[in-house]
Amino acid sequence: MARISYREALNAALREELDRDERVFIMGEEVGYFGGAFKVTDGLLAVYGEKRVRDTPISELTIVGAGVGAAMGGLKPVVELMTINFGLLAMDQIVNHAAKIHYMFGGKATVPIVIRAPQGGGHQLGAQHSQSLEAYFLHCPGLRVVIPATPADAKGLLKTAIRQTDPVIFLEHESLYGVKGEVPEDNDFLVPFGQAAVLREGKDVTIVAYSKCVYDALSAAEALENAGIDAEVIDLRTLNPLDIQTVVASIKKTGKAIVAYEGWRTGGAGAEIASRIYEAAFDDLDAPVERVASLDTPMPYNAKLEHAVLPSAGDIVKVAEQMM
Amino acid sequence: MALERDKHTAQRALLTLHEAQLLELYRRMVLIRQFEEKTAEMYARGKITGFCHLYAGEEAVAVGAIYALYDKDYVVSTYREHGHCLAKGADPKVVMAELFGKVTGISKGRGGSMHLFDQDLRFMGGYAIVGGGLPIATGLGLSVQYNEGPEVVCCFFGDGALPQGAFHESLNMASLWKLPVVFVCENNFYGMGTLVQNAICQEELYRFAQPYKMPGVRVDGMDVLEVYGATMEAVARAREGDGPSLIEAVTYRFRGHSMSDPVEYRSKREERIWQERDPIKNLRRKLTVERHVAEGRLGEIEAEVARQIDDAVKFADESPEPSVEELGKGVYAGS
Ligand SMILES: Cc1ncc(C[n+]2csc(CCOP(=O)(O)OP(=O)(O)O)c2C)c(N)n1
Ligand SMILES: [Mg+2]
Repeated sequence: MARISYREALNAALREELDRDERVFIMGEEVGYFGGAFKVTDGLLAVYGEKRVRDTPISELTIVGAGVGAAMGGLKPVVELMTINFGLLAMDQIVNHAAKIHYMFGGKATVPIVIRAPQGGGHQLGAQHSQSLEAYFLHCPGLRVVIPATPADAKGLLKTAIRQTDPVIFLEHESLYGVKGEVPEDNDFLVPFGQAAVLREGKDVTIVAYSKCVYDALSAAEALENAGIDAEVIDLRTLNPLDIQTVVASIKKTGKAIVAYEGWRTGGAGAEIASRIYEAAFDDLDAPVERVASLDTPMPYNAKLEHAVLPSAGDIVKVAEQMM
Repeated sequence: MALERDKHTAQRALLTLHEAQLLELYRRMVLIRQFEEKTAEMYARGKITGFCHLYAGEEAVAVGAIYALYDKDYVVSTYREHGHCLAKGADPKVVMAELFGKVTGISKGRGGSMHLFDQDLRFMGGYAIVGGGLPIATGLGLSVQYNEGPEVVCCFFGDGALPQGAFHESLNMASLWKLPVVFVCENNFYGMGTLVQNAICQEELYRFAQPYKMPGVRVDGMDVLEVYGATMEAVARAREGDGPSLIEAVTYRFRGHSMSDPVEYRSKREERIWQERDPIKNLRRKLTVERHVAEGRLGEIEAEVARQIDDAVKFADESPEPSVEELGKGVYAGS
């Protein structure tokens, strides 16, 4: 175990997989000489060279498309989109191509590409730089959607993503890069897809979260404890595959569920998760499933307004208390 | 300039290719033509449904370009790809079965006319998003370069892809990294009903090579030998590690954009002019006049292909449909 940051954990995963498999290479804007816009690929160019850590022009559609082609040609590209906002320019290659190729060509082609992208708000970057778009990808069959909250999961899930065969959208939260945690140093430390983690046990309410909201959920649980409410916190870790069983098992105990996520409330991943809960655990619920999410507005620049748009631990506490 | 040089390479190909090679070019073009004619017939009979875009008239482009490739070279194409897939060596049976939506089809009935694919033939797919294949071809080129392989990627697309960002991004990236890609633009004057000059400011499409620092040529896409000659040069360059090229093959689709197009945007006169330039008749004339191939030999090839097409239809017709129970499988690899 080493106590390292989420950023360092991702960097370690990349190094280990670059060492392990000659077919793995990284490409994206500023991943090489600049060291990554968020410094995730820092230092890799010096070790692995331009062939395996490839700076690209600002051409998101073709960065992803070339990754798809390279994957079809037998390589294992890890493509970095500078942020998910810019990834919207690559939606055609992600949705119409990467997600379709395996199925539409009768199962004979595979596209083992990992598309990494930072996302999320909280830094006063305004409407075009603050989005959380996991729901767009969750909506599309053929993609895996991975969204780690902790440094250990960042490492273990990225390594799993690189080793498997489907196209993966790997979403990192911009606010989490500096977060530190214990991370296994084992080269074969893998976190499987589709296994949620119960981070805190409780009997009164289940808070289902992922990405940065996991931390909001944990602080909310602490605050709730003082109010005599015992909250269970679940980190989904991957949205596709989605581990609804772990959530349902928790609800059987608590009878109440809050889904906390930073995407917009309307049509967000929380809507899907709530639906799955109703389908699988309707009889176990004592109250409607609640959503704590971003308000349905473009992100304003002003700090107070931005704060009001984003979901917070306080919002979760308030909702939990109302549910009791 | 480009035009004169390519007439020259075409003439050289006519004189230097063995008779068997020339007959193979002829056979492949006839195969595509007869396949497409049969496809139209089967569409009219309701055996084939959905979008279906025929390649009749354009055979010289696919056949000429693909004949300049080795088996291990990659081909990427569009939704108008029956011709490229057959030219790359696909069995007409499995292509026809795919159009019929059968489980024996080349994409197991999941792709249809627009999404043929065969990894073994290195036919890397028909893509129905205009311009969508170019980034993928660029990436295949990157994989070849990465592995220091000898292969070349040949990417076909229509004139309609030129105004797309994907075209410009891909040419830039392929040239920047000197990737082994041959971009073949099939300029058939129309994207659906829109004339090239109504879609792009520079209608001499091969000129887009120049800003991207690669060779660009315009060839007569109704002359299989001219396409072959130009592609040989581009392929040699790519294989040498000197990077991509752009070939604009000027051609004409004899039929509508798709089976549902009544073709009201062009004149019968224009169609007749181009039908006189039929690439198959064109090669037939050269073979009989300049290489003294007997008419009967060409007739034999046509008859043999006709039998093959009949077999393909029979195979497609008798094949089972995919099972509904299996339809959820294969969304993810290994599932
Ligand atoms: C991105 C995109 N926009 C629009 C369409 C609809 N569409 C299908 S084919 C076509 C025309 C393309 O013309 P061209 O590239 O010249 O190819 P051709 O059909 O002439 O072979 C259009 C507009 C599409 N498939 N993809
Ligand atoms: Mg066209």
